[in-house]
Amino acid sequence: MHSKKEIENLQNTIKIILEEGNKANATAIEAGISISSGLQTTVRLGQVETMEFTRDKSLGITLYKGHKKGSVSLSDLSIEAIRSSIQAACRIAEYTEEDIYAGLAEKSLMAKEIPDLQLYHPYTITPEDAIELAKTCEAEGLAADSKITNSEGGHFAKYESTYAYGNSHGFLAGYQTTRYSMSCSLIAESQNGMQTDSEYTLSREYGNLWDAKTVGQQAAFKTIQKLDARKIPTCQTPVIFAPQMARGLLRSFIAAISGGNLYRKSSFLLDSLHQAIFPHWVNITEDSHLLRGLGSAPFDEEGVATRKRNIVKAGVVESYVLSSYSARKLGMQTTGNAGGIHNVMVEPSEAVDLNQLLIKMDTGLLVTDLMGQGVNIVTGDYSRGAAGFWVEKGIIQFPVQEITIAGNLRDMFKNLIAIGADVDTRGNILTGSMLLEEMTVAGI
Amino acid sequence: MQLSPLDIAKKQLLEPANLSESQLQTVLSSVLGYSVDSADLYFQSARNESWVLEDGIVKEGGYHIDLGVGVRAISGEKTGFAYSDDIILPALTEAATAARSIANRGQQQSIQAWNKPIIVKSLYSEVDPLQSLRDEDKISLLQKLNKLARSLDNRICQVTVSLHASHDIILVVGSDGTFNADVRPMVRLNVNVIAEENGRREQGSSGGGGRQDYQMFLENNLGESYVQEAVRQAIVNLKAKPAPAGLMPVILGPGWPGVLLHEAIGHGLEGDFNRKGSSAFTGRIGERVASPLCTIVDDGTIAGRRGSLNIDDEGTVSQCTTLIENGILKAYMQDKLNARLMGGVSTGNGRRESYACLPMPRMTNTYMLNGNHHPEEIIASVEKGLYAVNFGGGQVDITSGKFVFSASEAYLIENGKLTYPVKGATLIGNGPDILTRVTMVGNDLKLDQGIGVCGKQGQGVPVGVGQPTLKISEMTVGGTE
Repeated sequence: MHSKKEIENLQNTIKIILEEGNKANATAIEAGISISSGLQTTVRLGQVETMEFTRDKSLGITLYKGHKKGSVSLSDLSIEAIRSSIQAACRIAEYTEEDIYAGLAEKSLMAKEIPDLQLYHPYTITPEDAIELAKTCEAEGLAADSKITNSEGGHFAKYESTYAYGNSHGFLAGYQTTRYSMSCSLIAESQNGMQTDSEYTLSREYGNLWDAKTVGQQAAFKTIQKLDARKIPTCQTPVIFAPQMARGLLRSFIAAISGGNLYRKSSFLLDSLHQAIFPHWVNITEDSHLLRGLGSAPFDEEGVATRKRNIVKAGVVESYVLSSYSARKLGMQTTGNAGGIHNVMVEPSEAVDLNQLLIKMDTGLLVTDLMGQGVNIVTGDYSRGAAGFWVEKGIIQFPVQEITIAGNLRDMFKNLIAIGADVDTRGNILTGSMLLEEMTVAGI
Repeated sequence: MQLSPLDIAKKQLLEPANLSESQLQTVLSSVLGYSVDSADLYFQSARNESWVLEDGIVKEGGYHIDLGVGVRAISGEKTGFAYSDDIILPALTEAATAARSIANRGQQQSIQAWNKPIIVKSLYSEVDPLQSLRDEDKISLLQKLNKLARSLDNRICQVTVSLHASHDIILVVGSDGTFNADVRPMVRLNVNVIAEENGRREQGSSGGGGRQDYQMFLENNLGESYVQEAVRQAIVNLKAKPAPAGLMPVILGPGWPGVLLHEAIGHGLEGDFNRKGSSAFTGRIGERVASPLCTIVDDGTIAGRRGSLNIDDEGTVSQCTTLIENGILKAYMQDKLNARLMGGVSTGNGRRESYACLPMPRMTNTYMLNGNHHPEEIIASVEKGLYAVNFGGGQVDITSGKFVFSASEAYLIENGKLTYPVKGATLIGNGPDILTRVTMVGNDLKLDQGIGVCGKQGQGVPVGVGQPTLKISEMTVGGTE
């Protein structure tokens, strides 16, 4: 169903939209369409629980009348729907006010070539195949240990999507992506109550998924490890963020250097460009063209060419994360991040895995779960619910829960001691574990 | 004569596609023909708009429309689901074919005769809220609020004000005879400000809304009161000192801090988790889960509230369900599927984000009833502790029972008096026992202003919370001191 033809179809619809915009006397117009289809299934205790077929269309149009702007979005791609939405966008643009920073991204920055980033790997999976995978994955988890007493299920999902974007500079392009995932979520029980944990695998390519057995067994292992978790006394202690948690820290950093938060003065990293925010050994790059990358894109949502660049070099912020609008507000140039950040690569500080990092920490807290939204990007204040393991002499002693960890992101970034090489590649932020000098733990 | 929700839904959803009731019956029958116990169709038309003022100008306006139909087929514990964003017979038939594919061929079953709704008084007006104010008046409201924020205190350096409205028309047709519709308005106004003093910046935010129209913000200067509140909060936070860390008594203010109830016990009482035995509350009906001072309800029937519904997304009429009465667990919140599998009936809590998502048990407006203490007495009873009055979001692990919620405005209590504001901090506790530590309940029940969005399995739905001032004898506060 998906093919180059699909991209052409969307591009033809965009051409019509651009013409209609022209007829409506728009100064400039841009449109993006994405269509996707997929299936997802959950099998619980060996029985199919849900089988969902997804099929989505979405069209977004933004038009400008001088420096006034109106946006519409819809799921109906018919010509009648397009015409009436353009009318609606024009009406909105009558009421919004002149904003001299509003407009398309600069024509000279439009992507000239659309590299093949190997993001599209179609593979036929029937509903029966999907059920079988979810079933195997869960069965392996349930069989792994007698302490596993219940399950939230094995899950498999597949998506294919086509995206096209065009604007009145004459830019018009599209690309396709696929995404496959499998996960297992289990429950273990002891006299001290129940615990749940899960494991997942995620890839652009079906063949690159971990096998169902690994996912199930790993989920069981993680769940059992959490049994009999306890609280610890309130203290100051070194903390290791496991890779998935370290990704969250990086996400807060990216939010704090994002254009929207900067021009709204809603960031604790205002004027951080060319400032040392991390220790001198920290290097962070954005690689938008990483082959098969989960965050890869040949151009951003304004048609701007994406490229590889340094975000942090030797601990110093080298570049913000900007769209054309936030860039103009800050007197800078877009970094090709309309729609968000692409792949963020964090360089390990040394070739150590998590075990070696535990030894380096000696005594402290390994955080494997975080809860809640207690991160204030305006002030950098950080306070979140946590669970993980207490570590002494480099060895895990017992699981910990119902505690909080708190600090200020500015100090936390400065006090990084090491970044491991145990990089988690299941996302658009690729980082290993992070060892921080000290945080406040609140418990009993 | 005013059209009923069912007339409006038929006119908006079925007529343009020339879909007749008998065609819907045929589609449902085709699904049921496959050893499927029950099936339903959910038609939806959603329109919404937003207007955003930032840096002193209304720079953005957006209009969104979405239309579609979801088809669900249930066979025992299995659910097959497919949807289409075209409401036309061929698309509906195709979705039905996909949905029923979970079941093996089996004997023919029959669908119940349509059970047309009894006309009850709607909890909200059928007026399209998008049309309830002229566009130029929406703009001038935003501008007026921006000017007010900047005039209240010269430390305010950034103001963002936004207006949203949505108009949702839904029609649920089920093989159990359900044939019911709802026309749901929603408005919301948000104010966010940043205050700056000596290089320190802090934010304050406020807002509200409900299943009403834009006029609600003009009446009693409600919009202005949100601005005053956001500015006050930002200025208070400029003086906030680091929050304490560790176990201590915590007093929660009335209204929005009821997010405690939503996280600590609400999710754990949703039927799906209890059917699967994954909730820390599984099998505990009839047991004491809270102090005798606590009575908590989930009430979808309050007129005009954000979490209210005339009918849920399975066509069941909303109700007020007592979850906990004087500390004893009384009921779970159910949708049709989980109620049937647990041998009960739906409590009107079957909700979905849209036609493209499956319904599941969700909260509506969840709140605790009044006790008999004056809020002042409650504060005076604490030697050293935390008084938290505003919160950001929360989260819960329903299996371990651990939950968090993050204070955005809090004060230190010393010797029964509020001494100074402290920075935001996350509070963490254990759902099944936190309410056993409620030692005082105020007589000042308040519902929140209408800002809550609850997320579950990726689906967001509007909800409400509320509570009187309450004292928790001991809870972990996640500060730094």
